[in-house]
Amino acid sequence: MKVTLRVWRQPGPDATGGMVPYEVDGVTPEMSFLEVLDTLNERLILAGDEPVAFDHDCREGICGACGVVINGRAHGPERTTACQLHMRAFADGDVIDVEPWRASAFPVVKDLVVDRSAFDRVIGAGGYITAPTGSAPDAHATPVPKPAAETAFEHAECIGCGACVAACPNGSAMLFTAAKVVHLNTLPQGAPERESRVLDMVGQMDAEGFGGCTNTGECAVACPKGIPLTAISSLNREFLRAARKSA
Amino acid sequence: MSPKTSPAYAHYTEGEPVADAAAPPGDIAERWDRRRFTARLVNPANRRRYTVIVVGTGLAGGAAGATLAEQGYRVVQFCYQDSPRRAHSIAAQGGINAAKNYRNDGDSVHRLFYDTVKGGDFRARESNVRRLAQVSVEIIDQCVAQGVPFAREYGGLLDTRSFGGVQVSRTFYARGQTGQQLLLGAYQALSRQIDAGNVEMHARTEMLDLVVIDGRARGIVARDLVTGRIETHLADAVVLATGGYGNVFHLSTNAKNSNATAVWRAHRRGAYFANPCFTQIHPTCIPRSGDHQSKLTLMSESLRNDGRIWVPRAHGDARPPNAIPEDERDYYLERLYPSFGNLVPRDIASRAAKNVCDEGRGVGPGGQGVYLDFADAVRRMGRAAVEERYGNLFEMYERITAEDPYEVPMRIYPAIHYTMGGLWVDYDLQTTVPGLFAVGEANFSDHGANRLGASALMQGLADGYFILPATLGDFLARHRPGQVSPDHPAVAEAVADTEDRLNLLLAVDGDRTPDSFHRELGQLLWDECGMARTEPGLRKALERIPALRDEFWRRIRVPGSGAELNQSLEKANRIADYLELAELMCLDALHRAESCGGHFRAESQTPDGEAARDDEHFSYAAAWEFTATGTAPVLHREDLEFEYVIPTQRSYQ
Repeated sequence: MKVTLRVWRQPGPDATGGMVPYEVDGVTPEMSFLEVLDTLNERLILAGDEPVAFDHDCREGICGACGVVINGRAHGPERTTACQLHMRAFADGDVIDVEPWRASAFPVVKDLVVDRSAFDRVIGAGGYITAPTGSAPDAHATPVPKPAAETAFEHAECIGCGACVAACPNGSAMLFTAAKVVHLNTLPQGAPERESRVLDMVGQMDAEGFGGCTNTGECAVACPKGIPLTAISSLNREFLRAARKSA
Repeated sequence: MSPKTSPAYAHYTEGEPVADAAAPPGDIAERWDRRRFTARLVNPANRRRYTVIVVGTGLAGGAAGATLAEQGYRVVQFCYQDSPRRAHSIAAQGGINAAKNYRNDGDSVHRLFYDTVKGGDFRARESNVRRLAQVSVEIIDQCVAQGVPFAREYGGLLDTRSFGGVQVSRTFYARGQTGQQLLLGAYQALSRQIDAGNVEMHARTEMLDLVVIDGRARGIVARDLVTGRIETHLADAVVLATGGYGNVFHLSTNAKNSNATAVWRAHRRGAYFANPCFTQIHPTCIPRSGDHQSKLTLMSESLRNDGRIWVPRAHGDARPPNAIPEDERDYYLERLYPSFGNLVPRDIASRAAKNVCDEGRGVGPGGQGVYLDFADAVRRMGRAAVEERYGNLFEMYERITAEDPYEVPMRIYPAIHYTMGGLWVDYDLQTTVPGLFAVGEANFSDHGANRLGASALMQGLADGYFILPATLGDFLARHRPGQVSPDHPAVAEAVADTEDRLNLLLAVDGDRTPDSFHRELGQLLWDECGMARTEPGLRKALERIPALRDEFWRRIRVPGSGAELNQSLEKANRIADYLELAELMCLDALHRAESCGGHFRAESQTPDGEAARDDEHFSYAAAWEFTATGTAPVLHREDLEFEYVIPTQRSYQ
């Protein structure tokens, strides 16, 4: 297969960027999307050009490092991460647009690389259970009903890639924040910090410049891990409950 | 430091033996308690005067950073990723072992200890392994308290499953994402400390050298990967939690950017490197699909609980798997190892797969694969139950191969996965450089010549949450707090070395890409220092590696500059270190003329093709001391004594 990649090139955070077309030949259906970028980069280096900078690491869809907008969709046409997207999803001769996440809270560092450290600060504001090492009771001291454990797990699957923010027309981080709030607030271990957690995390989210949620649902469609949209209604419920209690 | 040319070496000199002086003597069951009691303590009010550098934020590093900060030390932590949450521990799938005996199936701390020493083919230190088994119990408690959503049964209690090499059910799990959930627990605890100002976190910052002053580790040289700035950070102690070196093989299950630079630079500064040839090949990975392949993906060992491994009986049988009748299939693990069946340890399962493929009975493109079949499991428990246990793994497999494992057996093949070797550490996890500690996969301590499944997560968290925080305090208590002057000549020298090296990489302006060297080195290692190793093959590799290194420094092309985000420069710098480490691995593999665990020397096998250990000559850990690039290193042996688990020929039949 031969495809044309139109890639966003931007030398640095303050530089002006633009789309640059590259033809890539010798693409096979088994190749992952990032392996096509690898192939392009090998060629660019040998031609004396700068390779395309992009974040990636595990290439198994779990570390959350990779993430680009492919043909206008976060992570591309399938519900997975860019590293797990394979070229069988495309046809010979396709023209494919590749852009970084676009959100004011995720400034571009270079080419397709963005700064997602705002997510770390949202977690630091309350996305944890305070349990200093050594203080834990026996693991079976508090049974957790299976449905609660399942709900917690399904929300804990978030990989922090930022696709939800990139997909949202408002650049909102509600799905990301909601996933952590629901994970921890569902468990009995998370109960003591239930109110402060949601208030502090939402406060930090707003301070980071993420947009507001208008229930477009794009986030849940883009999420490679299938975090459900209902997480956001749970977050709103938790927030209102906590705000009422602390008022 | 001249990284340029170097002659070949296939010899070494023998130095004084190295001994673990930190483990207390006496009954093994009491050693850890005794060590904790004899460890000096730092007054809580004084702890904030000590600065500890932690490099890496995986299970070991994340847990250590969070715990040390909770204790009151000032922690300065680093990771090359954009966030501490992305360390490669996150990709561990199957589970974490702990001797809880919640199943009442005969498990105990002693049995976990026994299984781990035996599984490691009697090349690990008993004291360390016993402690690991003891601490395993606390880890599960800690993680549950943090909100790690382990799998549970309807009664609300924790579920467990079995892993290779054991006959009890002691593996706790969170579907196929146990590493992710444990890492997020550690990351969240660390984030809390970052937010509280107790940890100064430097993401996208890579350690490039160790600063050693008057024989003691006092800091690191690091590069800010965004601005390219070279920085020095000084401290009272340095902890390396930088993972393994599996990526030296180019194709492995490691994350693309996992690398050996931190441990190799520490080795060059005086830390002994132990058992570098002990690398683990995981039996169940998705086979490569072509030359473009950039990495390999693991399919969790937990699949072997319910999947059955087979190849056609006949050579070159090209029929689709479902068209091959039952009596024309060879379930070779069940045939060769009836009591452990598909759950034999990883080294044995990998070698058996290689053997049937070498016989010409492999399946898939190039005959480099065997089937892992779930048809029986689906018939026995129903599709829904299989989906609940392995759903996400099946999905991942289908995404990569476009084949549905509910309908067609998976194709799997072994791949490099984990490295048991690493920096030599004593019982306190301290390297041979005072003040330099190594935790998790970065050290060599607990797995001997083969790691059992679900034990990496256990070791990383044991080191990070419980062991290092107890032993590091003892070191700090013996030294007055206070940083050395940033004007010390050793600091300037380390910075100059780093800058020279990066400038040289940029200046060569040759005609080969970093990746092309990495692929070539990886293929050479896989062929000669992979699943089966021979003396001629290793000698060939030892000839070729220095030549390749020489070529690297003549022909490498790194575009761009050092003063920006430059991923080619990062890569080239890591590959430069692989080209040195690879040589030590091959030398270690050559000198160890026995087979043990993951190290299989074709010259040393039993009549039925199993690894034949040679305890008379090789019952030691090989700790290597660096001399100069391309110059014979010095071997220091640590003799291993077995008082509690008497070495036998491992049998899983």
